[in-house]
Amino acid sequence: MLELLEGTARHNGLVTAFALVGLVMLISMKLSRHLTMGRVHGSAIAIVIGLGLAYWGGVQTGGTKGLADVSLFAGVGMMGGAMLRDFAIVATAFEVQVVEAKKAGMVGVVALLLGTLLPFIVGAGVAYAFGYRDAVSITTIGAGAVTYIVGPVTGAAIGATSDVMALSIAAGLIKAILVMVATPAAAKFLGLRTPRSAMVFGGLAGTVSGVSAGLAATDRRLVPYGALVATFHTGLGCLLGPSLLFFATRAIVG
Amino acid sequence: MIIYGTALLAICHLLGIFLGDLLGTLIGAKTNVGGVGIAMILLICARLWMHKKGWMPEQTEMGVAFWGAMYIPVVVAMAAQQNVLTALRGGPVALLAAVGSVVVCACVIALINRGEKVEGTALPPLEVPNPATVR
Repeated sequence: MLELLEGTARHNGLVTAFALVGLVMLISMKLSRHLTMGRVHGSAIAIVIGLGLAYWGGVQTGGTKGLADVSLFAGVGMMGGAMLRDFAIVATAFEVQVVEAKKAGMVGVVALLLGTLLPFIVGAGVAYAFGYRDAVSITTIGAGAVTYIVGPVTGAAIGATSDVMALSIAAGLIKAILVMVATPAAAKFLGLRTPRSAMVFGGLAGTVSGVSAGLAATDRRLVPYGALVATFHTGLGCLLGPSLLFFATRAIVG
Repeated sequence: MIIYGTALLAICHLLGIFLGDLLGTLIGAKTNVGGVGIAMILLICARLWMHKKGWMPEQTEMGVAFWGAMYIPVVVAMAAQQNVLTALRGGPVALLAAVGSVVVCACVIALINRGEKVEGTALPPLEVPNPATVR
């Protein structure tokens, strides 16, 4: 009976992954609402659970692909693989309102560029300080400090190893959680009062989940402005990471 | 039909990845260069153009919107297949990179937004939220 059920799950890998991730999301949303009073966004908790499951999978199988190495959950590898991941990320561009975006003007563009460059330099500098010397690893970790999407997208494009990719996701994730939790407390220091200031914040703080959750906990009305610029952030990072930033890094470290 | 939206997304995706590969080959990078970003720009342009032409009914939009909404779950699945075990050995790298970039960015945000006070009096924003009603 149990073996039969296991066989069903195994033969329907991708469908099993949908059910599993749905369950993880449900638990995360509940935890977000009841345990953290909505301060930590449910999606961030879900990603932490995902990383936890990957750790468990790694311990169980000794493999390199986390939960996807556990045969029962091999479908997770399909769902979170490069094809569907890029497909879903491209789809988010659909929500960008160009007219609204134009209102941000030059400051928004400057904030976006700084929001990509500064974290990248910090991340790349930390990677170098910890003994990474190849351009691919330094770029991937630097890109991870931009957002946890830009990191793996960049890493996949330039051929980084899985452990460096995981490191870059971890960096982006810690950053997102920090932005979420610290924004309400730092709102006054950051000068978060106007839509324009929210756009500056969205451009520089980057991560969409971090920005939207952080602003929601500060002032709900600021959310769309911050999220709007932040949605450009990932696209810009994905564009610059594997190209300009990679070449610049390669030119410097050789 | 809903599939039109998904097909549009698929075409933009493929074209973007193809152009990214092409760009990578042309500059001798041997990898995809900004394919996802190019695909996103293509999708934004396609959407603007089709809206103008009136070729974007709600059903078609839903074919794209579904996948946009699937982005967080897909990222969760992506997180679940990472080599976390190995990453944890380099723990302080991730922590320092994250904390460092957040601190640097927070200071720059504060710097830019402090400058707004002067500008703000000259050009007030359309909607100024009242800080007193926060939360």
